[in-house]
Amino acid sequence: MNPFRRSPFVIAAAVLVYVFLYAPIVGLILYSFNASRANVTFEGFIPAYSENVVMDGSLVLSSPCGPFHWYCDLAKNDDVAEAAGNTLTIAFTATIIATVIGTMAALALQRYNFKMKPFSQLALYIPIVIPEIVMGIGVLTLFSQFFGWANTTFGLEGDARLSLGMATVTMSHIAFMVPFVTLVVQARLQGFDKSFEEAAMDLGANEWTTFRRVTLPMILPGIMSGALLAFTLSLDDFVITFFTNGPGSTTLPIYVYGLLRRIITPQVNALSTVWILVVFFAVLLLQILQNRDSKQHS
Amino acid sequence: MLQRLRENKSAQGTLLALPTTVWLFVLLIIPLILTLVVSFGKRSPDGNVIYSFTLDNYVRLFGYSTDCPEGQASCFDPLYVNILGRSLSLAFNTTFFVISLAYPLAYFIARAHPKQRNMYLFMVLIPLWTNFVIRVYAWMMLLRKEGAINIILGWIMNALNIPFTPLEMLYTPGAVLVGMIYEFLPFMILPIYTSLEKIDTSLYEAAADLGANSIKTFLRVTLPLSMPGVVAGTILVFIPVMGTFIVSDILGGRQVILVGNLIQRQFLDARDPTFGSAASLILMVLTLIVTYFYTRKFGFGEEIVVA
Repeated sequence: MNPFRRSPFVIAAAVLVYVFLYAPIVGLILYSFNASRANVTFEGFIPAYSENVVMDGSLVLSSPCGPFHWYCDLAKNDDVAEAAGNTLTIAFTATIIATVIGTMAALALQRYNFKMKPFSQLALYIPIVIPEIVMGIGVLTLFSQFFGWANTTFGLEGDARLSLGMATVTMSHIAFMVPFVTLVVQARLQGFDKSFEEAAMDLGANEWTTFRRVTLPMILPGIMSGALLAFTLSLDDFVITFFTNGPGSTTLPIYVYGLLRRIITPQVNALSTVWILVVFFAVLLLQILQNRDSKQHS
Repeated sequence: MLQRLRENKSAQGTLLALPTTVWLFVLLIIPLILTLVVSFGKRSPDGNVIYSFTLDNYVRLFGYSTDCPEGQASCFDPLYVNILGRSLSLAFNTTFFVISLAYPLAYFIARAHPKQRNMYLFMVLIPLWTNFVIRVYAWMMLLRKEGAINIILGWIMNALNIPFTPLEMLYTPGAVLVGMIYEFLPFMILPIYTSLEKIDTSLYEAAADLGANSIKTFLRVTLPLSMPGVVAGTILVFIPVMGTFIVSDILGGRQVILVGNLIQRQFLDARDPTFGSAASLILMVLTLIVTYFYTRKFGFGEEIVVA
């Protein structure tokens, strides 16, 4: 019996599910070339003739960027640039911290016994089993109560007042990212052959050298995929950011959400398309890393 | 001092785990405790919290209103209980449909030639990592009156010579259900795939040798062995569906209100953090109860890590 034989029913079902997964994305991309500013119906592609944008009501008749009119429009949007900058700043900072402390915790949980261990393990599972909104309003309450207390107690005024912003978003992101980093690195450590470390110690390396020259290079692919996972989680996050962001710390998901409640031009579709492309390459990179990792591993 | 640390394994472990544990304690456990404390408090006129011990918020949540018409002492208002019930039933329905759609696809990928599997998985990951908000927006465009679904239906009906008026699909409970299914489908596909892929193919041969047909093999071998994936997927779908407010916000308009929307509004529009905290705790307890009984019955798979 051929193990790769599949019934026509399974193949048909799989094709339908893929259509379901991709139809909305294809529609989204198509409408980013829409000539209609109102973006309700598709009014065709925008021709590239004049040097200036020619509009007729809500219809774009021609644009120097041609069909890519809304992408040019997007590039000129300062709010998007600021939101993108914030999103990346938060994701990079949070990823670095979460990866370092998450890897340390993975080492501790996998290799050591200590009093706090059950507590640490429990704390790491909490973000997985509670809805994100519960954590979101929890941190919002913590920050608002603490800031309220600190601002009155220390008489902070003007710019010195503590308020929600980049710092609160980043700190909260780290809290929900760490468990994922720890789980991924722990999985990597489970398949770790300790004899390499023992060999290094026998050859006279001290613990730090052994870690730096033997352990770290061997678990590095695991750390990298944990970090990449954490990074994507941060880029993608809406709920936690929604409750912890303040003036000047709008991220892209928050920005898009804000637009959805107002007037939606094809610019949102252009932004979404750019995002999908970025995700495409990020996931591709992650896959290549993981493939290389599993090949080295076997 | 350093020498002593080098010999003390337990202290080394504590030190390594300390940053993470402290971080999670401050930003996860303290907030949960604070939510509990606030839920027993009262709302001040300007929307702040007055710390006290009252069960008013919980009483109100379960429908026993204190301000009743015509001088009645107590009366029952099912508004919030209905919201809780609606969220629970939506979460169950979403999970059911997601399993029905994810299983065939996961099975298809697991049975694909090993060289093609990565490509098929990659095709699942792209929608998964496309931003949550963007995915809801995509459905908003498809579902509205002038959207692609109505256009395509119009073509079909036109070809069949049947008169057609565009359907009102957006801002209905059905739209919210479809949106939820779409949002969480990949979270089910990946764990089911992982557990299906682990099944030793020699088991299929053994079942065939013993005379089982393909349906029997599926029911007696494949399905039981893939249960850990289904369980992990259910946890990854059920819990977030219970708390999500964007899907119902955008696809349900003001028509479909879920616990998530209720909580969000208490913190932003209605400005009653004490009632919002109580609702949030009830939401947490509900999901924990369901998850607990579910995992106790079916076990907890390591598949949960992959997504």
